[in-house]
Amino acid sequence: MKPAPFVWYSPRTVSEAVATLATAESDGSGVKVLAGGQSLVPVLAMRLAEPGHLVDINMISGLDRIEVTVGGVRIGALVRHAELLAHAEANRVQPLLGQALVNVAHATIRNRGTTVGSLAHADPSGEMTAVLALTGGSVTAVSVRGERVIPADEFFVGPLESCLEHDELAVSAFFPASPAGSGSAFVEMARRHGDYALAGVCAVVSPSATGGPPSVRCGFLSVTETPLVVDLSEAWAACTQGNEDPVMSAVHAAIDPQDDIHATAEYRSHIAGVLTVRAIHAAFENVRPRADAGGNLGRRDGVAGPMSVVRSEQ
Amino acid sequence: MTTSVAAQAGSPVEGQLRRLVEVTVNGVHRSAEVEVRRTLADFLRHDLALTGTHVGCEHGVCGACTVLLDGLPVRSCLLFAVTVAGHAITTIEGLGLLQPDGVMKPSPVQQAFRDCHGLQCGFCTPGMLTTITAGLEANPHPTAEQAVDMIAGNLCRCTGYQNIVEAVLRAAELIDNPDAPLPDEGFDEESEDVLGSLNDSDASTKARTDARRKGEN
Repeated sequence: MKPAPFVWYSPRTVSEAVATLATAESDGSGVKVLAGGQSLVPVLAMRLAEPGHLVDINMISGLDRIEVTVGGVRIGALVRHAELLAHAEANRVQPLLGQALVNVAHATIRNRGTTVGSLAHADPSGEMTAVLALTGGSVTAVSVRGERVIPADEFFVGPLESCLEHDELAVSAFFPASPAGSGSAFVEMARRHGDYALAGVCAVVSPSATGGPPSVRCGFLSVTETPLVVDLSEAWAACTQGNEDPVMSAVHAAIDPQDDIHATAEYRSHIAGVLTVRAIHAAFENVRPRADAGGNLGRRDGVAGPMSVVRSEQ
Repeated sequence: MTTSVAAQAGSPVEGQLRRLVEVTVNGVHRSAEVEVRRTLADFLRHDLALTGTHVGCEHGVCGACTVLLDGLPVRSCLLFAVTVAGHAITTIEGLGLLQPDGVMKPSPVQQAFRDCHGLQCGFCTPGMLTTITAGLEANPHPTAEQAVDMIAGNLCRCTGYQNIVEAVLRAAELIDNPDAPLPDEGFDEESEDVLGSLNDSDASTKARTDARRKGEN
């Protein structure tokens, strides 16, 4: 249970880091970026991976910033989950961040684990991967070849696989602001407190301003190989009081859960359907008045704090 | 943050296999040269001979190796010593309070574990104590439900958690009043309810607790 030997690099700038990434792998033994390490170090300890080189970005200054604008929240690669969770302005602009982050492992892990790192890890049971996908966010990657902004729907290509090249460093992620007049919620179910979810659902709903059917979109974790976003507006419109079968059927048709020792595919599918209904109801309860939409940073009076809209759904 | 960083051409930095690591542990400057793959947990135990930090699962699940890094609880088995060079670490050995007469006295959290029989084999205890010490700084007056949440990332295979939850509440009491009388002996119905509600709705407990804690801070 000890990591195999590796060569350790401690760059002080992003440009040093990407130059190091570009050259470190010349011997073909593999290179990984170390940020929070809360997923990578267990993988190394169990020797599921034995990269010959580890580029530790923890000494790079400037990557720990959270930038909040009317358009959304940009977080640097060294922003820990706990810091983002505690950031009131970020959670005002995009409440789904905090709604999801409380479900990420335990507080102790959140103190060290980074949100961008969890995106780069691309775990289909990761909460923040689902949030990035549902909010239509992006990851900015830098290499010696330059910088590129990768939309969420291109970023995740498979389980534990992002489209990042081995010499690219994910320097930041951007989560767009929650749309005016929308509501969101995040629910998941795990065998034990803080464990990986058997299934999880995040929902964003937007009641129509003109009286038409609302927009209902959901993101899923642990039931697909990559973060899945499904537009459930039509299915939701077909539901009646006490009959939410159309939504559950739509969910069952869209997801592709797998059997494992924690749950059967059938059980995961069932949970995903039930959680979706709960998430949608919770999201409607969390709809904020349009005047209080995420982009309106100036208004503070009489507005509930971001964490007060975190839903409990059991 | 990200613009034109690549434009400033940087040179690759030199890789290392071993490195001198200097840290402040429990207020004392310590150093040792170690392999870069040395975890902080092993650094503390093998290189600094601070064996109070226990190593259980070695992949971040059990919480036994929890130490405070700049005051915040972290898993020392998931950190490399080289990464935390220059930072301040608090281990179980640093929790006791040195009295003016030179005698060490248990911290309120340690005293509470003794008062409430919060340990049996003691293996998880260092992680529990460091976690709770930081937890009570962030939330000095937790409810029983918040106490459950506070220790949710630490596995104990002996106590059934009942007495540990009581010890969290007792520690909060002792921090406010070091002379607070001991809780009544015997079975406590309130904490029975705590564990019952944990089983029913752990996710909602967690969400509510985190929400409340955020609201308080």
